[in-house]
Parts: sequence; C-alpha cells; structure tokens
Amino acid sequence: MSDAATKSLPIEDIESAVIRFAGDSGDGIQLTGMQFTSTTAFAGNDLSTLPDYPAEIRAPVGTTAGVSGFQIQFSSRQVLTPGDAPDVLVAMNPAALKANVKDVKKGGILLLNKDTFGQANLTKAGYEKNPLDDGSLSDWRVITVELGRLTRNALEGLGLTPTETERCKNFFALGMMYWLYDRPLDATLRWIEDKFKKNPKFVEANRRALHAGNAYAETAELFGHHYRVRKAPIKPGTYRNITGNEATALGFVAASANSGLPLWLGSYPITPASDVLHELSKHKNFGVKTFQAEDEIAAIGSAIGASFAGNLAITTSSGPGIALKSEAIGLAVMTELPVVVLNVQRGGPSTGLPTKTEQADLLQALYGRNGECPVPVLAAATPGDCFYMVYEACRLAVKYMTPVFLLTDGYLANGSEPWLVPSAGALAKFGPAAVAPIADWKPYKRDPETLARAWVAPGMKGYEHRIGGIEKQDVTGNVSYDPDNHERMVRLRAAKVNKIAQEIAPTEILGERKGEVLLVGWGGTYGAITAAVQNLQKAGRSVSAVHLRHLNPLPPDLGDILSGFKQVLVPELNMGQLLKVLRAKYLIPAVGLNKIKGQPFKVSEIEAGVENLLKEAR
Amino acid sequence: MADVKDEIETLPASGPVLQAKDFKSDQMVRWCPGCGDFAILATVQKVLPGLGVPREKTVFVSGIGCSSRFPYYMNTYGFHSIHGRAPTVATGVKCARPDLMVWVITGDGDALSIGGNHLIHALRRNVDLKILLFNNRIYGLTKGQYSPTSELGKKTKSSPMGTIDAPLNPIAVALASEASFVARAIDTDLPFLTDVLGRAARHKGSAFVEIFQNCVVFNDGAWDSVAAKDVRDEKTLKLAHGRPMIFGKNRDKGLRQKGFDFEVVSFDPASPPQDLLVHDEQAPATAAYALAHMGEPVVQGVLRCVSRPPLHELMNGQIERAKSEKAPDLQKILNGPETWTVA
Repeated sequence: MSDAATKSLPIEDIESAVIRFAGDSGDGIQLTGMQFTSTTAFAGNDLSTLPDYPAEIRAPVGTTAGVSGFQIQFSSRQVLTPGDAPDVLVAMNPAALKANVKDVKKGGILLLNKDTFGQANLTKAGYEKNPLDDGSLSDWRVITVELGRLTRNALEGLGLTPTETERCKNFFALGMMYWLYDRPLDATLRWIEDKFKKNPKFVEANRRALHAGNAYAETAELFGHHYRVRKAPIKPGTYRNITGNEATALGFVAASANSGLPLWLGSYPITPASDVLHELSKHKNFGVKTFQAEDEIAAIGSAIGASFAGNLAITTSSGPGIALKSEAIGLAVMTELPVVVLNVQRGGPSTGLPTKTEQADLLQALYGRNGECPVPVLAAATPGDCFYMVYEACRLAVKYMTPVFLLTDGYLANGSEPWLVPSAGALAKFGPAAVAPIADWKPYKRDPETLARAWVAPGMKGYEHRIGGIEKQDVTGNVSYDPDNHERMVRLRAAKVNKIAQEIAPTEILGERKGEVLLVGWGGTYGAITAAVQNLQKAGRSVSAVHLRHLNPLPPDLGDILSGFKQVLVPELNMGQLLKVLRAKYLIPAVGLNKIKGQPFKVSEIEAGVENLLKEAR
Repeated sequence: MADVKDEIETLPASGPVLQAKDFKSDQMVRWCPGCGDFAILATVQKVLPGLGVPREKTVFVSGIGCSSRFPYYMNTYGFHSIHGRAPTVATGVKCARPDLMVWVITGDGDALSIGGNHLIHALRRNVDLKILLFNNRIYGLTKGQYSPTSELGKKTKSSPMGTIDAPLNPIAVALASEASFVARAIDTDLPFLTDVLGRAARHKGSAFVEIFQNCVVFNDGAWDSVAAKDVRDEKTLKLAHGRPMIFGKNRDKGLRQKGFDFEVVSFDPASPPQDLLVHDEQAPATAAYALAHMGEPVVQGVLRCVSRPPLHELMNGQIERAKSEKAPDLQKILNGPETWTVA
C-alpha cells in the first residue's frame, strides 16, 4: 500500500477485531484464513482462530451444507478465543451469507461476492428473494464486490483457464481485507512465491489478485476508512502459529526424543484426529513408526504390542474410535503397560457431528470400560497446551506403567494460536525406571513410590515372562483366580493411578481464593472461561476460576479450593459430566452451564451464566 | 533402550545348544487330558531349539480360547492378549522390534470369527509372524458352540437343529489375503507337523499354518474322517515342492488335472503316470486355492511359499531413507515453517 493512500483515507485505531471468511468448501476459505492468520501474527497481534468446515468433502456447490468458514480474532491485548461475533463477514456466495449472517455483529460489515447472487445460487442457498434487494440485511453494512469479474480483469492476458482464474478470487478478497485492517502483503506474497515456485504463472496470478484486491479496496473507497490493530504486549520470544493437532504431534516426537524411547503410533483415520497421524508420518527421520491399522482395535493392539516390546506407544482417535478401543485399554490396564490414548473429541453419540467440537467423552474416558479399570485422564486447555499435555501424558504413562488418556477436542485440534516455541534442550528428560537384578525382580513387583511394575521388554535374558488379560497374581504376575488376590489387585491398580496426584502442581486460581462464584472448567473451554472471568472481575463481580488439566486423579487441593466459594459453576460442552464427578466426589451442590451445539462457548454465554447465578443468589 | 538389530540374531553354533525342555515354563499345563494342544506344544518346543534363536528373543502372542493359553507354557516372553486381537499385538511387537521372533497362537474362533479382520490384514502386510491356527471346528473354552469352521448342519449347544452358517476354509482365507506362506498339518502326525513348523519358522514374512486339532470334550473326532491313523494315508496327500502329487499307503494314487478341477487316479506304484500334477509352492495362488478346497484327499504341507518383503523391512527402509534425507532436528520441527520474534 502506498503512503499516499494511508494519508488520503482515515485510519481508526481499534483494540481488536473478529473476522470470518466463508464460502464453498472449494473456495479456498481455510487457506485464506491461514494467510490472514500468518500476516496477523507477523504484525504482532495476539490472535486465536477457529476453522469450521462441513463433514462432506465437497457438498453440493452453492448449498449451505457445503459452507466452510474460518474465524479469527486478533487484538492489541491478550486474545483467548476466536471471538463471539464477527465484525466482518466475507461471504463468497449466498449460501455462505445465509449460513453465517446471524452470527455477525449488528452494524458489522458484510463483504459479499455480488457475482454469485444470481437466481440459481439464491435458490440453492434457500433464499426466496435476493437479500441484497429485500432489506433483510439492513442491520449490517453491506458491501458488494464483483469478485469474479474484478479478478478476471486483473488476471487478463495471463492465459489462465476460467477455473484457474476463478480460484484466485479468494486472494482478491484477502487483499481487500489486508487493506481494511492495514496489514502488509509481504508474508502472503512470500508464501505465494514458495507455494507455486514450480509454476510462475500461478505466482503471477495470485500476486496480481492479492494486489488488485488491496488496491481496489483503497481506490474504490468501499469502506470509507480502515482500521489499525496495534501490536499486543506479548512475552518476548520466538513464536509460531500452531494448531492443537500440530502441537499434539510435536509433543509426541519431543517425548520420544527426550526419553530415548522409539515412538510407535497405531492409528486409524478418523475426523478430527487424522491430522495427528498425518503429521507424525512426516517425522520418520526421528525413527517414528506410524502404522495405519485396519481398524481402531488393531491400532491400539499394535500400540500395546509395541509397548510390550519397549516402545513409547500411542494411539490417536476420536470418540467412536475410542469406544472400539475400550477392551484393549482394559488389557493395557491389566498388563500395566504404558500407552497414551488420544481422544480428539467430537460431537456424539455414534457418528454424531464429526467436524464439530464437544466435551462429551469425559465419562467415557473415566469409566467406559468393563471391570474396575482406572486410567489417568488429562486434558489440554489450548492448542499450544496440547504439546505440554502430550508430553506429560507420555511421562506419566512411562513412570506409572499405565495407559493414559489425553482429551483434546475438535476446537483445540483445528484452532490455532501463536505459540511461544519451547527450546528443545530445555524440555525435561524422562525414561523408564531401572530394572532390578533378576534375583530381586518379579513381573508384578512394584516400586513403592509409584506402585509401578518394572518395564521389561523381550530381549532381556533371564527375565522371560508372560503377561496377559487374565487377573494377575500379585508380585509374580502368574494367572490367579484367588478371590483375595483379585480384590488386592483391583485396589492396587486404583492406588497406583491415585499416586499420580503427587505429580500435580498446586492448582492456579484465576482471581481470589474465596468469593461468590468459582468456575471449574476443563479442556478447550479455557479461553472462553478465562476471558469471561476477566471481564466479570473487571465489572466487580466476585468470580474466580480454575481450569483442570488433570481429570483423574483430580488435583489434591481442589476440594479445599471449592470450599472457598458460595457457588460452583461448571461450564461444559456436554450435559454436565465433570459436574457429576465433582458433585459425587466433593458432595457439593455445584451447578452446570451446558451447551451441546457442536460449537465452542461464546464468552458472552459464560458471562451470562455467571450473572444469572449471581442474580438467583440475591 | 539400546539400539536393537533389524534382524533376528541366532545363537553362535559353538555355544550351548538349547533343548526342548529349555522352552518349558514352570506353569502347569491345564488343557483337558487328551487335547490335541499337548502334541502341538511339544512339537513347537522341539522345533525351537533347532532354530538357534535365544529364548529371550522369542515371543508368543495369543488371543483368547483354549489354544491361546499356549504362551503361559513357554519359557519365552509371552503375551496372552484379548479375543481375536493377537495379530495386532504381534504386529506391534515385530515391527517395533525386528530382532524378535514372534509367534501367534490362535484358534478357529479367535482367528476367523472375532479376529478375522486382523488375520487377513496381518497376512496381506506380510508381517513376519508365525501364525499357528489350531482348528478344532468348535468353541471349546465357552463349552461347545459352533465355530466359523464347523461343518454345515453341525449340532452344537448353540445349534441344536444344526448350523445354518456355511464354514470358512482357513487356507482359502489365507491365500485370498495374499499370505506368503500357507501350510496345513495334523496334530497327530508329529514328524510331519515338525517339518511344517520348521519351515514356517524359517520363512521370512507371514507364515500361516492351519493345524487340524482334536477337541476331546466338545468335538471329539473332529478330523477322524481324514486324520485318524487308519485312514490318514488314504484320505490325505502330503505336498512336496517339485514332486508329483502322490498319496495312499501304497503310494498308488495321484492327482491329475481335469478341466478346472482335479481327479484322483489309481496306478501301479512301480509306474506312476507321467501326467500327475507336480506341486509348485510358487505357482499362482489359484492353484493352491483349488488344492485347499479339494474334498478328498485333504492336502497337507506347504501349499504356498513365495518371497516378498515383510512389513518391518519396508517400515525400517522408509525410516532409514528419511534419516538419510533429513537429520532429525527437534528444534527445527518445533519452530515449524515460520516463526517470528517478539522483542
């Protein structure tokens, strides 16, 4: 952008903005959103993103079923969520408008691709009348642009096919948004050159489209003025943008590298967990073995085998896949072998909402197996936190010789945030405990500190032994049907998992230790809960929050903290699963704040939930 | 963990030689008296010393069922897993640790019913496993229900009027799964079983062996019509690679091709006909498939043995290639494609 332009049109400083790109699945919406994200990160804003795409790969073009969306909130202050309501919606067709307009802030901008508002597209989208003409959009500032025609003009003479030209219109729109929010083009230009380096024609086409959109927004004076979001005060360091699934995969590689244990992933493709499999299969140079199994059971079966053979073994899936793994998780409990089981939760039950987020698998993780079958359960709070929770899950699995559940969700998996890149050398090393000399060793003899048995993989001469799913005799590990032994073993397995409480750091409290309301959250709701609590505290409410990363065992100081508040509110994207656990364990009349729409909490929803609770109390 | 070798290493020939008793564990064997499993256990314990693989490098993995108790009786590493899933656990063991020799012990219900999916995929991937399927055509441990190999119309506890499910042929399943080694033997013919297991053990890749096994309690005489000592020679044919297909106590019967089928021809053993079929373990799988489905004589021995790379070799090959192309650099992947610095 030229200096003249910045001078000629007024620029307004704003603290934060929320924008959403929406279009057909084939419109390049996710790519456009990721480009805006990179540019925004380089501009020094804090940010959070949320892609929202349909389960169908290419649903019928032009229908609301096929609409893909990407939302980003960016700010000059801390950003904890992708934002409640967009200030700007970029809609590539009527279906994208129809599916998204109700979310846009009143008075916000609708940037619409006018070319697509013909009768055929309107009908496909389910509009009886053209919303551009019938006054139904009067709550918003509507800006229509002939994206297709303008892109064609800009790309004239390049010799592109109509389809190739059409594919560049998202960058025209991106160029406009860069002007609107005063972003530089260089990061995207660099990306274009790298991405299409084998095809100079496409480099030129996308460059032209981006520049043309940028210039058009400026010269056509569509918006009147533009906005500036200044740099956010961010902790110094090196950052990257990261999604939860990327952070998850990196956590596994780092845990393998720092434990010296080769990584084995047994996995079966499932939305929204497949990206972890994809990502890990790129890292074979770290010795990572990825095995795409014939089904979910084979995936965990192979992991249990690899664990028995001495590898750091993991399996990654989502709710329906986890259901299939239940029996095998029980086997890992019985054989006391380390296996990390990742559940990237999605909407359920059954196939449910594969691409949408939910937190309804907590009770499945805690209790969804036959017999008394305790498994430690951890949950990540943000996309970047997935890295650290994976690392912790691996460490605990090895130290306590147990399967460990790690819960993330579709929102964390696909959402992204700037991530302070850890120093590889600074990550804590860990590894299996030393094995006792043969004379002092038995397959199920335990370390008194952890109650873990020793990990003896095949190959160790003199330690040959047999394990399996039948009840084990204490110490020897031989098959035993003895009633007293069974009760002792059931209690020992539970006690071992409970020992993990000694690993949990004191719980951080957002706010005062005592007060009116304590919010207790877990998993991907961290951002929304934290933002809401910060707002409520600013408004003078006596509200605090804790966010649990350990769901089994629970932090040992939690009971104490709960008792410091008159009311406990548990916001969850389910019918109240942590709520049940807290009520049962601490015998408190905690209250749930529940949403089951396949969508994350809005900050305002949590604020309203707290306000209602306070109102009732008065 | 220390670096492990990519291949199974055998004991030096000069060192102490293992014996069958070295492979017996201290656990009491709890199969029913007279069970065919005893003979198979003894045969495996007899075959192992000759392979030269140390006990600590030998792993037995099983599923659920009578046969799957097998690992407890072996003084090696062992894993008694869950119903049907032994091939999955064994796949993890073998690919994680190519230096181990891994055996899978399974039964007709375990391998072909609840675990059918895993069996076919282990075979198609050519995981280097020695898979012994004890086929007694019945569910023994659950006390007598029909299995996927029970003959049609069989009366069992769960089929008082006879089964209405057509049975599977385990050999045909293995062949259809592109198994690289497929064989059949009988629990009562120990010398032949020894030979077949020895060949299976030395095969590189999936070796699938169906063993006709008698269940004295719930399906006694399961294979008597072909396997009983007095009829065995007349009702079964022992395949040998490159040799004409001849059988009978007096070696006076043979197999000849007839259209798309076979026919049995009788002859004077002194002058067998020239047009008898000659067994070829590497012939297209369709030939082995036809032999597997033959009513009588029932073929025993190695029906098919071909060479293709086992899964762990391909997996390690990719890892080695990836390592040579790109040195592992944890910081680099943590940084990702793009970073920015906040001062």
